[in-house]
Amino acid sequence: MAAQAHNAERLPIRAQEDVVLIRQTVRDFAKQLGMSLVDQTKIVTAASEIARNTLIYGGGGWVRIEVLESNPRRGVRLIFEDQGPGIPDIERALQDGFTTGNGLGLGLGGARRLSNEFEIVSRPGEGTRITLIRWKL
Amino acid sequence: MNSTEASKLPEILRQYEAEILSEWLQHQLSSMKLRSSLIREADLREQSRKFLAHFGHAIRSGDDIGSSSWAEVRELLADLSRTRARQGFTPSETAAFIFSLKKPLFTRLREACGNDIESLAVEIWALTELVDTLGLLTAEAHQRSREDVIARQQQELMELSTPVVKLWDNILALPLIGTLDSERTQVVMENLLQQIVQTGAAIAIIDITGVPTVDTLVAQHLMKTVSAAGLMGADCIISGVRPQIAQTIVHLGVELGSVATKATLADAFRLALRRLGATISRTDPAR
Repeated sequence: MAAQAHNAERLPIRAQEDVVLIRQTVRDFAKQLGMSLVDQTKIVTAASEIARNTLIYGGGGWVRIEVLESNPRRGVRLIFEDQGPGIPDIERALQDGFTTGNGLGLGLGGARRLSNEFEIVSRPGEGTRITLIRWKL
Repeated sequence: MNSTEASKLPEILRQYEAEILSEWLQHQLSSMKLRSSLIREADLREQSRKFLAHFGHAIRSGDDIGSSSWAEVRELLADLSRTRARQGFTPSETAAFIFSLKKPLFTRLREACGNDIESLAVEIWALTELVDTLGLLTAEAHQRSREDVIARQQQELMELSTPVVKLWDNILALPLIGTLDSERTQVVMENLLQQIVQTGAAIAIIDITGVPTVDTLVAQHLMKTVSAAGLMGADCIISGVRPQIAQTIVHLGVELGSVATKATLADAFRLALRRLGATISRTDPAR
C-alpha cells in the first residue's frame, strides 16, 4: 500500500511562538481535509505536545506537515525531528506520569493515544524522529 | 570621503537645487503611481524640498555622515521612514525615496565632469556610497518602527486578554482567550489569584471557551491555578469544556481531580450560585 504525500510544509521549532504557528498550520491542514472538529482538535493537540517536547527536550528542531493519501484514506502526517540527546528508554518515556522535566509526563503517551499511527525513532546522542498520522475517518 | 574637497557635488547642489528637485519629484511620482492613495503629492514635494535643502547643507559642510552636520538629514529620514511605515509603505518603497535621488544627481555630475572620466568615476563612487548609507538608514528606521508596532501590540494583547470579572457577590469569572502556554498564562493566573485576595471571593469560574487547544501544559497551568486558589480558600469551576476538548483531555489522560467542570459558563454560574445558597428565579412579566 503506497501512501502518497503532498502539500508538505516544513516549519522550524526554535521558540514557544513556533509551537503556536505549528498548531495553527496543523489545524489548517486538518480543516482542509474536512476532518471533524474532534479529529482536528486531537491532531492539533498531539502536534502541540510533540512540538513542545522537540523544543524542550530535543533542543529545537523541525516539523514536516503533509497530507497523506493512501487510497481511499486521507490523513495528516507530522514528522518531528531534532538533533537532541535522544530518548534512552522509549517504553519508559511513553509511560504516563514519567517525565525528566517539570511536566505532567502525559504528553508523549497522550500524543500516541490521539494519533492513529505513531512511531518514535531515537538514538542516544543523535536525536529523535517522531512520526504521527491521523486519518480522516 | 577624501574626494569631498575636490568634489563638484556641493556646487552642483547649490546651482541646480530647483532643477534637481523637480527631476527627482518626477522620478518618484512616476515610480509610485500606484501608491498615490497613500501620500499626497504636495506632502511629497514638501518632504523632498526639505530633504534636498538639508542634504545640500550637509554636503557643503564636507563632514562625515555620522557627524552633527548630518543630524538634520538623518532625523528627517528617520521621521519619513516612520511615517511611511505607518502609512503602509513597504521597506523598498520607503528606501526608493532616497535611491531615486541618484539619477538626477548622476546626470548633473556627468554634465559637470565632461570628458574627465577619471573624476566622474570618483564622484559617482562617493555619491553612491553616500546615498546607499542613507538608504540603509531609512530601511533601519522603517524596520524599527514596525518592531515598535509589534511590541506595542504584544503589550496590548497582554493587557486586553486578562480581565477578571465579578459575576456576583463572592463569584469571580476569568474568561480565557487564545494561546495558554505562553508567558501570558502566568500573568493571567496571577491576576486571578490577586483578585481573589482583593475581593475575598469564594468561587472563581475559569472559562476556557476561547481556548482552542487544551494540551498537557495548558491543563497543568489550570490545575496549578486551581490548587493555588484552593489554598487561598476559593473553589474553582472550569467552564467552556466543549465536546472535542473533553475527548482530547480523556485521551491525554489528564486527571482534573476534584475540580468541577461544566460545558458552559451559564452552567458554571448556576452551580456557583447553588453552592452559595443563592437562586435566580423568573418572575412573570405579565403580572
